[in-house]
Amino acid sequence: MLDPDPVNPLYEKRRAVFPKAVRGRFRTLKWAVMIVTLAIYYVTPWLRWNRGPYAPDQAVLIDLAHRRFYMFGIEIWPHEFYFVAGLLIMAGIGLFLVTSAVGRAWCGYACPQTVWTDLFQHVDRWIDGDRNAQLKLQAAPWGPGKVARRLVKWAIYLTISFWTGGAWIMYFADAPTLTRDFWTGQAAPVAYVTVALLTATTFVLGGFMREQVCVYMCPWPRIQTAMLDEKSLIVTYKDWRGEPRGSVKQARTAAAPLGDCIDCNQCVAVCPTGIDIREGPQIGCITCALCIDACDTVMAQVGRPRGLIDYATLEDSAREKQGQPPSPHWKLIWHPRTLAYLTVWGGIGLALLFALGARRHLDLSVAKDRNPPYMLLSDGAVRNAYTLKLRNMEARPRTMTVTLEGLPGGRMWSDDMARAAAARVLVREVPADQTQTLRLYVIAPPGTAEQDLGFTLHAIDDEGTTDTGKTRFDAPGEGQ
Amino acid sequence: MAKPDDLPPAAKGQHIDEATGTRTVGHEWDGIEELDTPMPRWWLWTFYLSILFSIGYVVVYPAIPLLHRGTEGLFGWTSRGELAADTKAETDRRAPLMAALAATPIDQLQRNPELMRQAVAGGRAAFRVNCVQCHGAGAAGGAGYPNLNDDDWLWGGNLAEIEQTITHGIRQPGDAATRTSLMPSFGRDGILKPDQVADVAHYVRTLSRKEGPSAAAQRGAALFAANCVACHGPEGKGDRRFGAPNLTDAIWLYGGSLGRTGAGAPNAQPGARPAGGHKLDKATIRMLAAYVHSLGGGEDFAPAAQAAAGAGTATGAANAPATAAAAADARP
Repeated sequence: MLDPDPVNPLYEKRRAVFPKAVRGRFRTLKWAVMIVTLAIYYVTPWLRWNRGPYAPDQAVLIDLAHRRFYMFGIEIWPHEFYFVAGLLIMAGIGLFLVTSAVGRAWCGYACPQTVWTDLFQHVDRWIDGDRNAQLKLQAAPWGPGKVARRLVKWAIYLTISFWTGGAWIMYFADAPTLTRDFWTGQAAPVAYVTVALLTATTFVLGGFMREQVCVYMCPWPRIQTAMLDEKSLIVTYKDWRGEPRGSVKQARTAAAPLGDCIDCNQCVAVCPTGIDIREGPQIGCITCALCIDACDTVMAQVGRPRGLIDYATLEDSAREKQGQPPSPHWKLIWHPRTLAYLTVWGGIGLALLFALGARRHLDLSVAKDRNPPYMLLSDGAVRNAYTLKLRNMEARPRTMTVTLEGLPGGRMWSDDMARAAAARVLVREVPADQTQTLRLYVIAPPGTAEQDLGFTLHAIDDEGTTDTGKTRFDAPGEGQ
Repeated sequence: MAKPDDLPPAAKGQHIDEATGTRTVGHEWDGIEELDTPMPRWWLWTFYLSILFSIGYVVVYPAIPLLHRGTEGLFGWTSRGELAADTKAETDRRAPLMAALAATPIDQLQRNPELMRQAVAGGRAAFRVNCVQCHGAGAAGGAGYPNLNDDDWLWGGNLAEIEQTITHGIRQPGDAATRTSLMPSFGRDGILKPDQVADVAHYVRTLSRKEGPSAAAQRGAALFAANCVACHGPEGKGDRRFGAPNLTDAIWLYGGSLGRTGAGAPNAQPGARPAGGHKLDKATIRMLAAYVHSLGGGEDFAPAAQAAAGAGTATGAANAPATAAAAADARP
């Protein structure tokens, strides 16, 4: 057997991380964020929103089968997908904004990978005990006790993963109905496949891969390292205050005065990605700030001021090194880049809101027949055919008029009526929340030249919305 | 061939590379050597698994071509069988609609707007398969092939008449109910002299005001009265009983130029359309009839549809050119 032991290995074996439990202000914040985000994720599909008898009553629903996206009072149709695109752009710029203001706060607090990893690490502590117990169990040989603990832990992982996947599908169908169908085996196969896939990914990514996702797989930390600058808040070990390290005992006997860091390694022990923050900023640091909590606790115990590890900008660090007081965090957040992002983000948001407020709940699209482009009738009249789509985006049936605009002497009729009833205005009832296709034949007197033509759709009710569609009327040229 | 391990490494030039700790393959080109890096384990396992999979695949699915047939596989799966299953599923899905259509007499169809709508949609698809070869994708026809979009009908334009035409065809030998008529070849058969044919052509063109009165047309009028009125009527308005075209309107089956009108009279080439009844089922024929009827020239709309449409007529009723058309529509 050849010995595959290169000097510079391309593959680094994962060093398992067993973060220690910690208390403190940032841990509390993490708890709060976890509870809020998980609550939003699990509760949202069960919220109800009355939309009347013609639309589903689920507050947030992505109805792929019927091509509708419901979000409380907003209903997005496929042709309005730019609202969703706008929301996604806002989410992207929002990440930029957060990054430039408070660094990798998304990674540290709100990213699903972080939240679920945190959740699973709590399960680890609950089943196996805190860091030291976990380390001991890891090193112990496989016996009945270890097998039992592992099986229980993985079963809990699997349950959490299953509920994660199970909650996801609730966004795509009526949640109570889908839940019943799911458990009685009547849900669509895609529901089971989706749950199985998400269960598997949550189980693997949250239960086993954990920080490796952040370090190796996720592109966002790479993008963020490019976005951070000297004005970004990052978790900083204040080496000018901490170095040289030494325990309290060593400090008493040392020849030269030692720094504040007592080298207790607590910041390393609590780190969920297993890094040493004292080595400076690094890609493994998701800025969850748990090391700040750990260090603050220790500093309080040894009677030194808090904040040896703290959020700081590179600019501020330089200032602090020269003995100047640090600037308050709220002031650091506001700099040109955050203001620029905020302006763009807010601008898109306002534009979307404006578009949402001004959007019509009625829509007309016109497609002209091109084969044949025009028809001659027996009396020499010229006829063109059009396909109109009348969209009623209200949750009630509406009576609408379709009016022919332009084309002097022109009249129209549809494919379900006789030409004798042709008129310049047709009345149609469009069912609630539906698109009605209307085949129209437009006729003009013999000798009519080709010209522009329009249709106006108008709802005859209190709302009285109007939309227009422009098209062309074709006719034989001269000499035919 | 001897395994490399059987030979002493030195004899083959193999040695352990210092930097990587991996054995070299033993070749050397100007001091450049190749490492014999072992396959990654996961890669090998994937490779073995895919071999296992392929064995299973060959057993389960048709795989090995033999002299006349291939192996059939345990599941009996074929792509043709899959197509047949898909086709059957689609046929089953449409079965209720087809049954309803087959059970509804064509003159009752318009009383059921939903069924009518589905029939038109189904007819559009069936038209693409069965009719576009002659009538064109837009149903606009061509010289000799009637345009189905207009309001000029040789054999009648209400649903029942269209269904009759589709079912039994035109000039189809062997179908007792087929529509039959014959335009005599006045020129070729010597019934009329060539200059007489030209005179009739001039007269026919005056009927639809394509040209003004002339001496030739006057001579043609007399010939028309003697030879043509039996089918085309004294006013040239045609007769649907014989499929005789209306000569006074703006629509020409073979073209309205002097040459085309003239050619029709001397050398009539009667068109034929296949009788769909031998090939298509009743429901498909009804769907086709409904589709053709919906193309804009359909006649005899049901009173219900008329009433619904009538709601919108008030504002447009003043328009002039419809009167003639309305009169034409009222024609039986």
